[in-house]
Amino acid sequence: MQESALSLAFNLIRSADPDLYEIIGLSLRVSLVSVLLSLIFGLALGATVATTSFRGRQVLSILINSLMSLPPVVVGLLVYLALSRSGPMGWLGLLYTPTAMIIAQTILITPLVAALSRQVIEDLYLEYKEQFQSFQLTKFQQINALLWDCRYSLLTVALAGLGRSLSEVGAVIIVGGNIDHLTRVMTTAIALETSKGDLPLALALGVILLTMALLINALLASLNFSAKRQAYA
Amino acid sequence: MNTILKKCLASFLLAIVAANIGNAHAEKSTVLVQSTTSTANSGLYDYLLPLFEQQHNIKVNVVAVGTGQAIRNARNCDADVLLVHAKDAEDAFVAEGFGVERFDVMYNDFVIIGPLSDPAGIRGIATVKSALQKIMDTKTLFASRGDDSGTHKKELSLWQAINLDIENVNPTWYRSTGSGMGATINTAVGLGAYTITDRATWISFKNKSDYQILFESDPILFNQYGVILVNTKQCPSVNHQAGQQFIDWLLSDEAQTKIAEFNIAGQQLFYPNAQPQPLPIKK
Amino acid sequence: MLSKNTILSEATVREQAIPANGSLNEERRSTLDNIPRTQLELRTISYRVGELTLLHNVNLSLPEAGVTAVMGFNGAGKSVLLKIMHGILTPNSGSVLWNQQPSDAIHRQAQAMVFQKPVLLKRSTKANIDFVLKQRRAHNPTLRNELLTRVGLIDKAQQPARLLSGGEQQRLALARALACNPAVLFLDEATASLDPASTAIIERIVSEQSQAGTKVIMVTHDSAQAARLAQQIIFLDSGTVVEQSDTTTFFSAPKTTAAKAYLDGRLYHPELTLEDNR
Repeated sequence: MQESALSLAFNLIRSADPDLYEIIGLSLRVSLVSVLLSLIFGLALGATVATTSFRGRQVLSILINSLMSLPPVVVGLLVYLALSRSGPMGWLGLLYTPTAMIIAQTILITPLVAALSRQVIEDLYLEYKEQFQSFQLTKFQQINALLWDCRYSLLTVALAGLGRSLSEVGAVIIVGGNIDHLTRVMTTAIALETSKGDLPLALALGVILLTMALLINALLASLNFSAKRQAYA
Repeated sequence: MNTILKKCLASFLLAIVAANIGNAHAEKSTVLVQSTTSTANSGLYDYLLPLFEQQHNIKVNVVAVGTGQAIRNARNCDADVLLVHAKDAEDAFVAEGFGVERFDVMYNDFVIIGPLSDPAGIRGIATVKSALQKIMDTKTLFASRGDDSGTHKKELSLWQAINLDIENVNPTWYRSTGSGMGATINTAVGLGAYTITDRATWISFKNKSDYQILFESDPILFNQYGVILVNTKQCPSVNHQAGQQFIDWLLSDEAQTKIAEFNIAGQQLFYPNAQPQPLPIKK
Repeated sequence: MLSKNTILSEATVREQAIPANGSLNEERRSTLDNIPRTQLELRTISYRVGELTLLHNVNLSLPEAGVTAVMGFNGAGKSVLLKIMHGILTPNSGSVLWNQQPSDAIHRQAQAMVFQKPVLLKRSTKANIDFVLKQRRAHNPTLRNELLTRVGLIDKAQQPARLLSGGEQQRLALARALACNPAVLFLDEATASLDPASTAIIERIVSEQSQAGTKVIMVTHDSAQAARLAQQIIFLDSGTVVEQSDTTTFFSAPKTTAAKAYLDGRLYHPELTLEDNR
């Protein structure tokens, strides 16, 4: 009797299958850590480019924007080659670990965060620039003020990064190896079940993944709501 | 700008190393196996490995990719053990010094699957070459792995035997998916195309639609699986001891019996055929 | 259209209304204590943007105390002049001297500017002031509340700044400027877009601050306002200072054609014919 993907998904969750929860847990860990790292590097980069004029600024902006189109499988391949035992960073022993997956995803998401935050911050910086100069703020103080004032737009940027991270499979499957109980995440599990022809299970996992994303977004939106009430202009 | 970049790079590396400290000092010894997909996807490893892990307290981590990728990864020293089904490539691997020695583990066979309607009419044909000839002549849709795997190499050898010019083949009927076995079967089922697959993958495959095995049992379709320990001389990082323990166990009576016992709905997927091994000399 | 006489009489009334040293409670208004005196001098200042010269050979010496109003037609270069004085624009040639010293970061730290359009941070009213105080390591809730009370915004301390009305936002901008404890306060058409009530509040505070010793340099289009607040007028035309005198003299006896045209409410351009300039 063919179960629909939705009911299968529901039953999977209800049965509290330990393997499933292990996979969900690892997905969350890898995604959240990579988004966090991407925010640290991406916001710093985006804010710096937005507020500093230097030679080649235009070129750097174009480069960052283009890196948003980095194909995940290419990044996976490059990170594999770097972390392979026969590669330059093989001595770290990071291949086929969640850390390698985090590295690959951070490389993918940082340009996204940098490009989007640069635009958002640049727009506000134009407005604030003269006033900041009047107050004699240091570059660091200016960036801090801008980041805080852009917080709602930047939250959306973070969610975009999270979306990319949760849905990514091409890079993590190469550098993680989709090893059972070690580097298997939701997306690689879906790929595996598809290759085993178990399409209903693959779909059910997809439904669960989407539900995870939905819950995270709903949670963050509820925090946002009180600020929206203040009609943040 | 430069100092910020340097600081970023430094903190990035620091974060990575810090995160990895937990990984490096695992309590158990581990064996990394680069494997073909049929052994993994069929569920054989899930059946077999827990026994080994309990007895020897060694964790076996399996990276299941196509044969071609598995061999490449092993060459890059990203494996302790290689388990694939492409004898020529395996022999070359050992000959080039990457592998210590190659052992037979088990065998099964390849089959041709197709839709119930059998558009090219290959049901009942005597030899696989004739069957493929019929598909070629009628230009019926055929899906190929196209990914340098054991299955793909076998398929190519068969086409060569009936003089199909694979370089200039007409893509209207010959579809090279460049994918793993599961994805290729999904594609074949979706297209209504024939394809060659190993029996184990097919029996355990869940998206069969109305497909059946339309050709089997030609001796040419014999499919041998081999296991190799990666050579520490080429790859100093190999876990030589644990890898050897795993291979010894795989070839032992206990494991071989287990392999024969493994079945899906009464159908056996793999047939053990390891040569009896001399007892290891105690040094 | 105000006649010269009306402006003059208003100015006189105003001067009489504000006592010489103020009846301000200096104990409570700590932001009005200890303001250093600074004397500004501009030497041969020029400023160009591409082919266009906005300021040409400006030489100025301003008195230490009081309010100086900078006036002129649109495009005369008033805002540019203010920004150069404040140091947020760099002149192509010439120098800005404070107390005979070349302008540097320390001087600028003791100055503040209020722009025509208030640039408030996207936070609460009080957070806007806290921001400046924290930056100067002078964070002090009492001080912040004093400033808010001075500008009449203490009741709206928690509100998002951007939700305040135009007048309230400008008062906040002014309070924020005063949080810098400025020796010099620049106002660039600060009340141009405001209603009379808000304008009056701001003028009162500016006047108080000036009395306490802050040098005020303001650009204004409002002749009456200049007459009310300023002791000195600088009149700019097409990038040069064409007239500089005390308020009474300027309004009663302007010397240049441009200034006369301005006060009469006529348009003036040197290339127009004599008849147009009458």
